[in-house]
Amino acid sequence: MNYHWNWAIFWEISPDGVHTYLQTLLMGTGWTLLTAVCAFTIALTFGSLIGVIRTTPFSFAVRIGDAYVELFRNIPLLVQMFLWYFVLPEVVPRTFEIWLKQLPNASFYTAVVALGLYMSARIAEQVRAGVLSLPRGQRQAGLALGLTLPQTYLYVLLPMAYRIIMPPLTSELLNTIKNSAVALTIGLMELTARARAMQEFSFQVFEAFTAATVIYIAINIAVTFAMRLVERRIAVPGYLGTKARPAGH
Amino acid sequence: MFSNFDFDVIIRSLPYLFYQGMTFTLLLTALATLGGIILGTLLALMRLSGFALLTVPAAAYVNLMRSVPFVLMIFWFYFLVPYIGQWVTFSPRPMQVGAFASCLVTFTLFEAAFFCEIMRAGIQSISRGQVAAAQALGMTYPTVMSYVVLPQAFRNMVPVLLTQTIVLFQDTSLVYVISVTDFLGAASKVAQRDGRLVEMYLFAALVYFVISLAASGAVGLLRRHIAIIR
Repeated sequence: MNYHWNWAIFWEISPDGVHTYLQTLLMGTGWTLLTAVCAFTIALTFGSLIGVIRTTPFSFAVRIGDAYVELFRNIPLLVQMFLWYFVLPEVVPRTFEIWLKQLPNASFYTAVVALGLYMSARIAEQVRAGVLSLPRGQRQAGLALGLTLPQTYLYVLLPMAYRIIMPPLTSELLNTIKNSAVALTIGLMELTARARAMQEFSFQVFEAFTAATVIYIAINIAVTFAMRLVERRIAVPGYLGTKARPAGH
Repeated sequence: MFSNFDFDVIIRSLPYLFYQGMTFTLLLTALATLGGIILGTLLALMRLSGFALLTVPAAAYVNLMRSVPFVLMIFWFYFLVPYIGQWVTFSPRPMQVGAFASCLVTFTLFEAAFFCEIMRAGIQSISRGQVAAAQALGMTYPTVMSYVVLPQAFRNMVPVLLTQTIVLFQDTSLVYVISVTDFLGAASKVAQRDGRLVEMYLFAALVYFVISLAASGAVGLLRRHIAIIR
Protein backbone atom coordinates (compact mmCIF):
# COMPACT_ATOMS: atom_id res chain seq x y z
CA MET A 1 0.00 0.00 0.00
CA ASN A 2 1.63 3.22 -1.14
CA TYR A 3 -0.08 5.52 1.35
CA HIS A 4 2.08 7.71 3.55
CA TRP A 5 0.89 7.66 7.14
CA ASN A 6 1.59 10.74 9.18
CA TRP A 7 -0.05 10.73 12.57
CA ALA A 8 1.82 13.88 13.59
CA ILE A 9 -0.46 15.80 11.23
CA PHE A 10 -2.86 16.55 14.09
CA TRP A 11 -0.32 18.89 15.69
CA GLU A 12 0.35 20.82 12.51
CA ILE A 13 -1.24 24.21 11.94
CA SER A 14 -4.38 24.07 9.78
CA PRO A 15 -4.94 26.51 6.87
CA ASP A 16 -6.75 28.97 9.21
CA GLY A 17 -3.24 29.77 10.54
CA VAL A 18 -4.20 29.72 14.19
CA HIS A 19 -5.44 26.29 15.20
CA THR A 20 -3.85 22.88 14.84
CA TYR A 21 -5.80 20.23 12.94
CA LEU A 22 -6.64 18.57 16.24
CA GLN A 23 -8.15 21.81 17.52
CA THR A 24 -10.27 22.21 14.38
CA LEU A 25 -11.62 18.69 14.91
CA LEU A 26 -12.46 19.49 18.52
CA MET A 27 -14.21 22.70 17.45
CA GLY A 28 -16.19 20.58 15.01
CA THR A 29 -17.11 18.24 17.85
CA GLY A 30 -18.43 21.25 19.75
CA TRP A 31 -20.69 22.22 16.83
CA THR A 32 -21.86 18.63 16.45
CA LEU A 33 -22.85 18.45 20.10
CA LEU A 34 -24.44 21.92 20.17
CA THR A 35 -26.47 21.17 17.04
CA ALA A 36 -27.56 17.80 18.36
CA VAL A 37 -28.59 19.15 21.77
CA CYS A 38 -30.60 22.07 20.31
CA ALA A 39 -32.20 19.82 17.68
CA PHE A 40 -33.07 17.18 20.26
CA THR A 41 -34.76 19.83 22.42
CA ILE A 42 -36.96 20.80 19.47
CA ALA A 43 -37.52 17.14 18.61
CA LEU A 44 -38.57 16.29 22.15
CA THR A 45 -40.93 19.27 22.40
CA PHE A 46 -42.68 18.82 19.05
CA GLY A 47 -42.45 15.04 19.19
CA SER A 48 -44.16 14.90 22.57
CA LEU A 49 -46.87 17.29 21.43
CA ILE A 50 -47.61 15.38 18.23
CA GLY A 51 -47.26 12.01 19.94
CA VAL A 52 -49.78 13.00 22.60
CA ILE A 53 -52.18 14.46 20.03
CA ARG A 54 -52.15 11.15 18.15
CA THR A 55 -53.41 9.31 21.25
CA THR A 56 -56.28 11.69 22.02
CA PRO A 57 -59.87 10.73 21.18
CA PHE A 58 -60.21 13.61 18.65
CA SER A 59 -60.07 11.97 15.24
CA PHE A 60 -59.39 15.23 13.37
CA ALA A 61 -56.40 16.04 15.58
CA VAL A 62 -55.16 12.45 15.27
CA ARG A 63 -55.27 12.74 11.50
CA ILE A 64 -53.25 15.96 11.56
CA GLY A 65 -50.71 14.30 13.83
CA ASP A 66 -50.49 11.31 11.49
CA ALA A 67 -49.98 13.60 8.50
CA TYR A 68 -47.21 15.46 10.35
CA VAL A 69 -45.35 12.23 11.07
CA GLU A 70 -45.75 10.91 7.51
CA LEU A 71 -44.58 14.23 6.06
CA PHE A 72 -41.35 14.40 8.03
CA ARG A 73 -40.62 10.68 7.87
CA ASN A 74 -41.00 10.15 4.15
CA ILE A 75 -38.66 12.86 2.88
CA PRO A 76 -34.91 12.24 3.21
CA LEU A 77 -33.22 14.42 5.82
CA LEU A 78 -30.84 15.82 3.22
CA VAL A 79 -33.76 17.01 1.06
CA GLN A 80 -35.42 18.55 4.12
CA MET A 81 -32.21 20.44 4.91
CA PHE A 82 -32.17 21.79 1.34
CA LEU A 83 -35.81 22.82 1.60
CA TRP A 84 -35.18 24.80 4.78
CA TYR A 85 -31.90 26.27 3.56
CA PHE A 86 -32.43 27.00 -0.13
CA VAL A 87 -36.19 27.01 -0.68
CA LEU A 88 -37.68 28.63 2.43
CA PRO A 89 -35.99 32.05 1.95
CA GLU A 90 -37.35 32.21 -1.62
CA VAL A 91 -40.99 31.54 -0.83
CA VAL A 92 -41.50 33.82 2.22
CA PRO A 93 -42.42 37.55 2.13
CA ARG A 94 -39.65 39.96 1.12
CA THR A 95 -38.77 41.38 4.57
CA PHE A 96 -38.57 37.95 6.13
CA GLU A 97 -36.48 36.77 3.21
CA ILE A 98 -33.93 39.55 3.77
CA TRP A 99 -33.79 38.79 7.48
CA LEU A 100 -33.25 35.07 6.77
CA LYS A 101 -30.50 35.69 4.25
CA GLN A 102 -28.62 38.05 6.56
CA LEU A 103 -28.86 35.77 9.55
CA PRO A 104 -25.38 35.01 10.91
CA ASN A 105 -24.70 31.28 11.39
CA ALA A 106 -27.66 30.54 9.12
CA SER A 107 -26.50 26.98 8.48
CA PHE A 108 -26.46 26.27 12.21
CA TYR A 109 -30.02 27.52 12.79
CA THR A 110 -31.24 25.76 9.65
CA ALA A 111 -29.59 22.52 10.72
CA VAL A 112 -31.16 22.75 14.18
CA VAL A 113 -34.66 23.37 12.81
CA ALA A 114 -34.43 20.78 10.02
CA LEU A 115 -32.90 18.08 12.20
CA GLY A 116 -35.20 18.91 15.12
CA LEU A 117 -38.38 18.59 13.07
CA TYR A 118 -37.11 15.49 11.27
CA MET A 119 -36.36 13.76 14.56
CA SER A 120 -39.61 15.00 16.13
CA ALA A 121 -41.58 12.68 13.84
CA ARG A 122 -39.63 9.71 15.19
CA ILE A 123 -40.02 10.86 18.79
CA ALA A 124 -43.74 11.31 18.19
CA GLU A 125 -43.89 7.63 17.23
CA GLN A 126 -42.11 6.65 20.44
CA VAL A 127 -44.29 8.85 22.68
CA ARG A 128 -47.39 7.49 21.01
CA ALA A 129 -46.19 3.92 21.47
CA GLY A 130 -45.39 4.67 25.11
CA VAL A 131 -48.84 6.08 25.86
CA LEU A 132 -50.58 3.26 23.99
CA SER A 133 -48.53 0.65 25.85
CA LEU A 134 -50.22 1.67 29.12
CA PRO A 135 -53.29 -0.30 30.21
CA ARG A 136 -56.53 1.38 29.11
CA GLY A 137 -57.61 1.38 32.75
CA GLN A 138 -55.08 4.06 33.66
CA ARG A 139 -56.69 6.65 31.42
CA GLN A 140 -60.19 5.60 32.52
CA ALA A 141 -59.22 5.68 36.19
CA GLY A 142 -57.76 9.16 35.79
CA LEU A 143 -60.89 10.46 34.10
CA ALA A 144 -63.16 8.67 36.60
CA LEU A 145 -61.36 10.44 39.45
CA GLY A 146 -62.49 13.72 37.92
CA LEU A 147 -59.21 14.75 36.30
CA THR A 148 -59.60 16.61 33.01
CA LEU A 149 -58.01 15.04 29.92
CA PRO A 150 -54.92 17.32 30.07
CA GLN A 151 -54.54 16.53 33.77
CA THR A 152 -54.82 12.80 33.07
CA TYR A 153 -52.01 13.09 30.56
CA LEU A 154 -49.88 15.30 32.77
CA TYR A 155 -50.17 13.39 36.03
CA VAL A 156 -51.08 9.82 35.05
CA LEU A 157 -50.13 8.83 31.50
CA LEU A 158 -47.05 10.82 30.54
CA PRO A 159 -44.94 10.24 33.67
CA MET A 160 -45.32 6.51 33.06
CA ALA A 161 -44.95 6.71 29.29
CA TYR A 162 -41.68 8.65 29.41
CA ARG A 163 -40.16 6.23 31.88
CA ILE A 164 -41.11 3.30 29.65
CA ILE A 165 -39.74 4.82 26.43
CA MET A 166 -36.43 5.96 27.91
CA PRO A 167 -34.35 3.30 26.04
CA PRO A 168 -35.74 4.14 22.57
CA LEU A 169 -35.35 7.85 23.39
CA THR A 170 -31.65 7.17 24.06
CA SER A 171 -31.40 5.61 20.58
CA GLU A 172 -33.07 8.68 19.10
CA LEU A 173 -30.63 10.99 20.89
CA LEU A 174 -27.74 8.99 19.40
CA ASN A 175 -29.42 9.16 15.99
CA THR A 176 -29.73 12.94 16.35
CA ILE A 177 -25.99 13.23 17.02
CA LYS A 178 -25.18 11.03 14.01
CA ASN A 179 -27.66 12.75 11.71
CA SER A 180 -26.18 16.17 12.49
CA ALA A 181 -23.40 15.18 10.07
CA VAL A 182 -25.85 15.69 7.18
CA ALA A 183 -25.70 19.43 7.96
CA LEU A 184 -22.26 19.59 6.35
CA THR A 185 -24.13 19.81 3.02
CA ILE A 186 -25.45 23.23 3.99
CA GLY A 187 -22.08 24.39 5.26
CA LEU A 188 -22.17 23.66 8.97
CA MET A 189 -18.58 23.03 10.08
CA GLU A 190 -19.32 20.13 12.38
CA LEU A 191 -17.07 17.16 13.05
CA THR A 192 -17.45 15.27 9.75
CA ALA A 193 -17.06 18.51 7.78
CA ARG A 194 -13.88 19.33 9.72
CA ALA A 195 -12.47 15.87 9.01
CA ARG A 196 -13.32 16.34 5.34
CA ALA A 197 -11.65 19.77 5.30
CA MET A 198 -8.59 18.34 7.02
CA GLN A 199 -8.43 15.58 4.41
CA GLU A 200 -8.68 18.13 1.59
CA PHE A 201 -5.91 20.38 2.86
CA SER A 202 -3.48 17.83 4.28
CA PHE A 203 -4.18 14.79 2.04
CA GLN A 204 -4.02 12.63 5.17
CA VAL A 205 -7.35 10.94 4.41
CA PHE A 206 -7.29 8.03 6.79
CA GLU A 207 -5.83 9.89 9.77
CA ALA A 208 -8.56 12.55 9.53
CA PHE A 209 -11.42 10.05 9.24
CA THR A 210 -9.97 7.78 11.93
CA ALA A 211 -9.90 10.71 14.35
CA ALA A 212 -13.51 11.63 13.54
CA THR A 213 -14.61 8.00 13.90
CA VAL A 214 -12.90 7.70 17.28
CA ILE A 215 -14.55 10.91 18.50
CA TYR A 216 -17.99 9.72 17.36
CA ILE A 217 -17.49 6.38 19.11
CA ALA A 218 -16.37 8.17 22.28
CA ILE A 219 -19.48 10.39 22.21
CA ASN A 220 -21.62 7.32 21.61
CA ILE A 221 -20.14 5.43 24.56
CA ALA A 222 -20.38 8.46 26.87
CA VAL A 223 -24.04 9.15 25.99
CA THR A 224 -25.00 5.48 26.21
CA PHE A 225 -23.32 5.16 29.60
CA ALA A 226 -24.93 8.32 30.99
CA MET A 227 -28.36 7.30 29.73
CA ARG A 228 -27.99 3.80 31.21
CA LEU A 229 -27.55 5.41 34.63
CA VAL A 230 -30.64 7.57 34.09
CA GLU A 231 -32.61 4.61 32.76
CA ARG A 232 -31.74 2.50 35.76
CA ARG A 233 -32.77 5.26 38.17
CA ILE A 234 -36.14 5.91 36.60
CA ALA A 235 -37.04 2.41 35.36
CA VAL A 236 -40.58 1.45 36.31
CA PRO A 237 -40.43 -1.49 38.75
CA GLY A 238 -42.21 -4.54 37.41
CA TYR A 239 -41.68 -3.69 33.73
CA LEU A 240 -39.27 -5.76 31.65
CA GLY A 241 -36.40 -3.57 30.57
CA THR A 242 -37.13 -2.71 26.96
CA LYS A 243 -33.67 -2.65 25.44
CA ALA A 244 -32.51 0.26 23.30
CA ARG A 245 -33.04 -0.61 19.68
CA PRO A 246 -31.55 1.09 16.66
CA ALA A 247 -34.41 2.97 15.03
CA GLY A 248 -32.38 3.65 11.91
CA HIS A 249 -29.94 6.36 11.07
CA MET B 1 -45.60 32.27 -4.03
CA PHE B 2 -46.17 30.33 -7.23
CA SER B 3 -46.28 33.47 -9.38
CA ASN B 4 -42.83 32.91 -10.89
CA PHE B 5 -42.83 29.19 -10.41
CA ASP B 6 -41.38 27.55 -13.50
CA PHE B 7 -43.06 24.20 -14.06
CA ASP B 8 -41.40 23.97 -17.43
CA VAL B 9 -37.93 23.37 -15.96
CA ILE B 10 -39.27 20.25 -14.23
CA ILE B 11 -40.88 18.92 -17.39
CA ARG B 12 -37.79 19.66 -19.46
CA SER B 13 -35.54 17.78 -17.06
CA LEU B 14 -37.86 14.81 -16.42
CA PRO B 15 -35.98 12.38 -18.72
CA TYR B 16 -32.65 13.32 -17.12
CA LEU B 17 -34.05 13.13 -13.57
CA PHE B 18 -35.67 9.75 -13.97
CA TYR B 19 -33.61 8.04 -16.65
CA GLN B 20 -30.26 8.99 -15.14
CA GLY B 21 -31.00 9.84 -11.54
CA MET B 22 -33.84 7.61 -10.46
CA THR B 23 -32.38 4.56 -12.21
CA PHE B 24 -29.21 5.01 -10.19
CA THR B 25 -31.16 5.49 -6.95
CA LEU B 26 -33.44 2.49 -7.43
CA LEU B 27 -30.70 0.18 -8.70
CA LEU B 28 -28.49 1.14 -5.76
CA THR B 29 -31.39 0.59 -3.35
CA ALA B 30 -32.23 -2.84 -4.77
CA LEU B 31 -28.69 -4.19 -5.00
CA ALA B 32 -27.61 -2.78 -1.64
CA THR B 33 -30.69 -4.30 0.00
CA LEU B 34 -29.89 -7.68 -1.53
CA GLY B 35 -26.22 -7.52 -0.57
CA GLY B 36 -27.03 -6.06 2.84
CA ILE B 37 -29.49 -8.83 3.69
CA ILE B 38 -27.06 -11.60 2.63
CA LEU B 39 -24.13 -10.07 4.51
CA GLY B 40 -26.37 -9.11 7.43
CA THR B 41 -27.67 -12.67 7.75
CA LEU B 42 -24.09 -13.99 7.81
CA LEU B 43 -23.21 -11.41 10.48
CA ALA B 44 -26.29 -12.41 12.50
CA LEU B 45 -25.29 -16.08 12.31
CA MET B 46 -21.79 -15.10 13.46
CA ARG B 47 -23.18 -13.10 16.38
CA LEU B 48 -25.39 -16.01 17.45
CA SER B 49 -22.79 -18.73 16.88
CA GLY B 50 -21.48 -18.74 20.44
CA PHE B 51 -17.83 -18.87 19.37
CA ALA B 52 -15.98 -15.80 20.66
CA LEU B 53 -13.80 -15.89 17.54
CA LEU B 54 -16.92 -15.15 15.47
CA THR B 55 -19.17 -13.20 17.84
CA VAL B 56 -16.61 -10.57 18.88
CA PRO B 57 -15.59 -9.38 15.39
CA ALA B 58 -19.21 -9.41 14.19
CA ALA B 59 -20.42 -7.46 17.22
CA ALA B 60 -17.54 -4.99 16.90
CA TYR B 61 -18.32 -4.45 13.22
CA VAL B 62 -22.03 -3.91 13.81
CA ASN B 63 -21.46 -1.55 16.73
CA LEU B 64 -18.86 0.43 14.80
CA MET B 65 -21.23 0.93 11.86
CA ARG B 66 -24.06 1.91 14.17
CA SER B 67 -22.13 4.53 16.10
CA VAL B 68 -20.77 6.66 13.26
CA PRO B 69 -22.74 8.90 10.86
CA PHE B 70 -23.49 7.43 7.47
CA VAL B 71 -22.02 10.52 5.80
CA LEU B 72 -18.67 9.84 7.47
CA MET B 73 -18.83 6.20 6.34
CA ILE B 74 -19.53 7.30 2.76
CA PHE B 75 -16.35 9.41 2.86
CA TRP B 76 -14.43 6.55 4.43
CA PHE B 77 -15.36 4.05 1.74
CA TYR B 78 -15.01 6.58 -1.05
CA PHE B 79 -11.29 6.72 -0.26
CA LEU B 80 -10.94 3.16 1.01
CA VAL B 81 -12.59 1.18 -1.79
CA PRO B 82 -9.73 1.72 -4.31
CA TYR B 83 -7.28 0.38 -1.72
CA ILE B 84 -9.56 -2.58 -0.91
CA GLY B 85 -9.72 -3.31 -4.64
CA GLN B 86 -5.93 -3.17 -4.85
CA TRP B 87 -5.63 -5.53 -1.90
CA VAL B 88 -8.16 -8.01 -3.29
CA THR B 89 -6.74 -8.10 -6.82
CA PHE B 90 -3.04 -7.89 -5.80
CA SER B 91 -2.57 -5.03 -8.26
CA PRO B 92 0.41 -2.73 -7.76
CA ARG B 93 -1.63 0.49 -7.53
CA PRO B 94 -5.03 1.52 -6.07
CA MET B 95 -7.86 0.29 -8.28
CA GLN B 96 -9.99 2.66 -10.33
CA VAL B 97 -13.51 2.17 -9.04
CA GLY B 98 -16.57 3.71 -10.66
CA ALA B 99 -19.04 5.81 -8.70
CA PHE B 100 -21.75 3.16 -8.74
CA ALA B 101 -19.49 0.31 -7.60
CA SER B 102 -18.06 2.47 -4.83
CA CYS B 103 -21.55 3.47 -3.62
CA LEU B 104 -22.74 -0.13 -3.82
CA VAL B 105 -19.89 -1.40 -1.66
CA THR B 106 -20.46 1.42 0.84
CA PHE B 107 -24.19 0.86 1.14
CA THR B 108 -23.93 -2.92 1.30
CA LEU B 109 -21.30 -2.88 4.03
CA PHE B 110 -23.05 -0.15 6.03
CA GLU B 111 -26.62 -1.45 5.79
CA ALA B 112 -25.45 -5.00 6.55
CA ALA B 113 -25.00 -3.90 10.16
CA PHE B 114 -28.67 -2.82 10.36
CA PHE B 115 -29.97 -5.88 8.50
CA CYS B 116 -27.85 -8.01 10.86
CA GLU B 117 -29.73 -6.70 13.88
CA ILE B 118 -33.08 -7.33 12.18
CA MET B 119 -32.13 -10.88 11.19
CA ARG B 120 -30.75 -11.53 14.65
CA ALA B 121 -34.09 -10.59 16.17
CA GLY B 122 -35.81 -12.77 13.55
CA ILE B 123 -33.65 -15.80 14.33
CA GLN B 124 -34.17 -15.31 18.05
CA SER B 125 -37.93 -15.23 17.51
CA ILE B 126 -37.84 -18.92 16.46
CA SER B 127 -38.47 -21.17 19.43
CA ARG B 128 -35.59 -23.26 20.70
CA GLY B 129 -37.73 -26.39 20.48
CA GLN B 130 -37.68 -26.23 16.68
CA VAL B 131 -33.89 -26.28 16.59
CA ALA B 132 -33.85 -29.11 19.12
CA ALA B 133 -36.38 -31.08 17.07
CA ALA B 134 -34.41 -30.59 13.87
CA GLN B 135 -31.20 -31.68 15.58
CA ALA B 136 -32.97 -34.71 17.03
CA LEU B 137 -33.90 -35.65 13.44
CA GLY B 138 -30.18 -35.73 12.69
CA MET B 139 -29.92 -32.47 10.77
CA THR B 140 -26.56 -30.73 10.72
CA TYR B 141 -26.14 -27.03 11.58
CA PRO B 142 -26.27 -25.80 7.94
CA THR B 143 -29.37 -27.89 7.29
CA VAL B 144 -31.12 -26.69 10.45
CA MET B 145 -30.38 -23.09 9.55
CA SER B 146 -31.25 -23.21 5.86
CA TYR B 147 -34.35 -25.43 6.07
CA VAL B 148 -35.86 -24.67 9.49
CA VAL B 149 -34.69 -21.45 11.12
CA LEU B 150 -33.81 -18.97 8.36
CA PRO B 151 -36.95 -19.40 6.20
CA GLN B 152 -39.15 -18.67 9.21
CA ALA B 153 -36.91 -15.91 10.56
CA PHE B 154 -36.87 -14.28 7.16
CA ARG B 155 -40.62 -14.55 6.78
CA ASN B 156 -41.29 -13.05 10.21
CA MET B 157 -38.99 -10.15 9.47
CA VAL B 158 -40.11 -9.32 5.91
CA PRO B 159 -42.05 -6.18 6.96
CA VAL B 160 -39.13 -4.90 9.06
CA LEU B 161 -36.64 -5.68 6.30
CA LEU B 162 -38.79 -3.78 3.81
CA THR B 163 -39.14 -0.82 6.17
CA GLN B 164 -35.34 -0.77 6.42
CA THR B 165 -35.25 -0.80 2.62
CA ILE B 166 -37.35 2.39 2.58
CA VAL B 167 -34.85 3.94 5.01
CA LEU B 168 -32.07 2.80 2.66
CA PHE B 169 -33.90 4.35 -0.31
CA GLN B 170 -34.00 7.69 1.50
CA ASP B 171 -30.36 7.29 2.56
CA THR B 172 -29.21 6.93 -1.04
CA SER B 173 -29.73 10.71 -1.33
CA LEU B 174 -26.60 11.06 0.84
CA VAL B 175 -24.34 10.08 -2.09
CA TYR B 176 -24.77 13.79 -2.87
CA VAL B 177 -21.74 14.38 -0.59
CA ILE B 178 -19.43 12.61 -3.05
CA SER B 179 -21.07 14.36 -6.04
CA VAL B 180 -22.70 11.27 -7.53
CA THR B 181 -25.68 11.78 -9.84
CA ASP B 182 -28.48 9.96 -8.10
CA PHE B 183 -32.02 11.37 -8.23
CA LEU B 184 -31.24 14.21 -5.83
CA GLY B 185 -27.87 14.76 -7.48
CA ALA B 186 -29.57 15.12 -10.87
CA ALA B 187 -32.19 17.49 -9.44
CA SER B 188 -29.47 19.52 -7.78
CA LYS B 189 -27.45 19.79 -10.99
CA VAL B 190 -30.44 21.06 -12.95
CA ALA B 191 -31.32 23.39 -10.07
CA GLN B 192 -27.90 24.97 -10.08
CA ARG B 193 -27.54 25.10 -13.86
CA ASP B 194 -30.90 26.82 -14.39
CA GLY B 195 -31.03 28.71 -11.11
CA ARG B 196 -34.28 26.97 -10.23
CA LEU B 197 -33.57 25.71 -6.70
CA VAL B 198 -37.14 26.16 -5.45
CA GLU B 199 -38.80 24.15 -8.20
CA MET B 200 -36.27 21.34 -8.35
CA TYR B 201 -35.91 20.76 -4.61
CA LEU B 202 -39.66 20.90 -4.02
CA PHE B 203 -40.17 18.45 -6.87
CA ALA B 204 -37.45 16.13 -5.52
CA ALA B 205 -39.05 16.23 -2.06
CA LEU B 206 -42.44 15.42 -3.59
CA VAL B 207 -41.06 12.43 -5.52
CA TYR B 208 -39.27 11.01 -2.49
CA PHE B 209 -42.39 11.58 -0.38
CA VAL B 210 -44.75 9.84 -2.81
CA ILE B 211 -42.47 6.82 -3.32
CA SER B 212 -41.73 6.38 0.40
CA LEU B 213 -45.36 6.84 1.40
CA ALA B 214 -46.59 4.37 -1.21
CA ALA B 215 -43.91 1.86 -0.22
CA SER B 216 -44.68 2.11 3.50
CA GLY B 217 -48.38 1.78 2.72
CA ALA B 218 -47.62 -1.41 0.79
CA VAL B 219 -45.52 -2.71 3.69
CA GLY B 220 -48.45 -2.02 6.03
CA LEU B 221 -50.78 -4.06 3.80
CA LEU B 222 -48.24 -6.88 3.62
CA ARG B 223 -47.86 -6.85 7.40
CA ARG B 224 -51.61 -7.29 7.80
CA HIS B 225 -51.65 -10.01 5.14
CA ILE B 226 -48.92 -11.99 6.87
CA ALA B 227 -50.54 -11.50 10.27
CA ILE B 228 -53.76 -13.17 9.08
CA ILE B 229 -52.02 -16.24 7.70
CA ARG B 230 -50.12 -16.74 10.93
